[in-house]
Amino acid sequence: MSFNDKFADRTDGSKVGTGDRNMQQVTGSELEPELEKALADFCLAVHAWSDAASHRPRTLAATVRRRSWRLAAGWALGCALMAGSLSGGFYEHHHRQELARIAAVRAAEQQKLAAEQRAREEEEELAKVDSEVSREVPSAMEPLVQLMDEDDSK
Amino acid sequence: MATDTTWEPMTNETAQEVAAEEFSAVVTRHRPQIFRFLLASTRDPDLAETLTQDCFLKAHRNWAGFRGESSPMTWLMRIAINLQKDHWRNRRMQFWRQTQTNAVDMDEASDWLPSGESSIEQQLLAKERVGQVWKAVEGLSERQRTVFLLRYVEEQELSEIARATGLHEGTVKAHLSRALARVRRELGGRR
Repeated sequence: MSFNDKFADRTDGSKVGTGDRNMQQVTGSELEPELEKALADFCLAVHAWSDAASHRPRTLAATVRRRSWRLAAGWALGCALMAGSLSGGFYEHHHRQELARIAAVRAAEQQKLAAEQRAREEEEELAKVDSEVSREVPSAMEPLVQLMDEDDSK
Repeated sequence: MATDTTWEPMTNETAQEVAAEEFSAVVTRHRPQIFRFLLASTRDPDLAETLTQDCFLKAHRNWAGFRGESSPMTWLMRIAINLQKDHWRNRRMQFWRQTQTNAVDMDEASDWLPSGESSIEQQLLAKERVGQVWKAVEGLSERQRTVFLLRYVEEQELSEIARATGLHEGTVKAHLSRALARVRRELGGRR
C-alpha cells in the first residue's frame, strides 16, 4: 500500500492509515483529532514536496556560479582589507619616520645655535679679558724703547 | 548418494559484482526516504541532494563492513543524521559565515499540500495547518526535530529511531513528547 493510498481519504475520516495508529502510540495517549490531522497533512505535504524536488532539474550550475561569486567577492574583500592594512601600516611607518627626521633636524639646529651662542660668548669674554689685560700690563718692549729714546736725545 | 551439484568458489570479481548489485538495489530502494528526511530537516533541496549523495558515497565505501546488525534503512539513516550534524557543526565553525542559506521559507514549504483536499476551503485549511507544523518544527532542537521527522514523516518505529539516532527509547519518547507539545501549542495558538 502506497503512502498516498494510506491517507487518500483522510479528509472525511473514513480511512485511517497505519501512520495514524503509530502516531497514537507515541506517548501512550491518543492524539487530538486536530493534531492528528495536522500531522497527517504535514506528512503528505513533505512527501509531495520531496517527490517534486527529486524530479526537478538540478540547479548545480547556478549554485556553483553563486558560490564562485561569493568566493570571488570574499577574496576581493579580503585582498582589499589586506592592501588597506598594509598601506595604512606603511603610511604610518613613513609618517613616523618623517616626524623623527624633522625632530632630529630641529634638535641639530638648536644644538648648532646653542654652540654658536656659546662660542660667541666665549669670544666676547676673551676679547674683554684681552682689553683689560692690555690696559693694566706694560708692553714688554717698553723699557727698551725708553732707552732708545734716551740715546737719541743724547 | 552423491549429487551433481558442485560449489565453485566465488572469484573476487564476482563477489564485487554481487556486492555492487546489492548496493545498487539498496540505493534504489532507500534513496527517496533519505532525501525526504534530509529535505524536511534542511528545507534546502540542493543541500538535501548533496547530503544524500554524500550519504550514499559514505555507505558505498563502508558497504563491505555492513554486517546487517540493523536494517540497511536504519544504517543509512544513521549516516544521514551524522552527515547532517557535521554539516551544521561545520557551518557554525566557519569563520566566513554564509549569511544567506538556500533554505526555502516556511510559506514556500507549506505550498506543497496533500493531494486529497478537494475544496478550496479545505486546501486553505490544510495549508494553514501544514504551515503551523513547519513553524513548530523550526522551533525544535536539532535532536527533537530529527526524532519528530523520523516518527511523523518517515513513520519509523520507536526502536528504529532509537537505533538510528543512538538514543535510548525512553529518550526518544521524551523528545517526541516535547516536540508534540510544541506542535500542539502552535496549533492551539492560531485558533
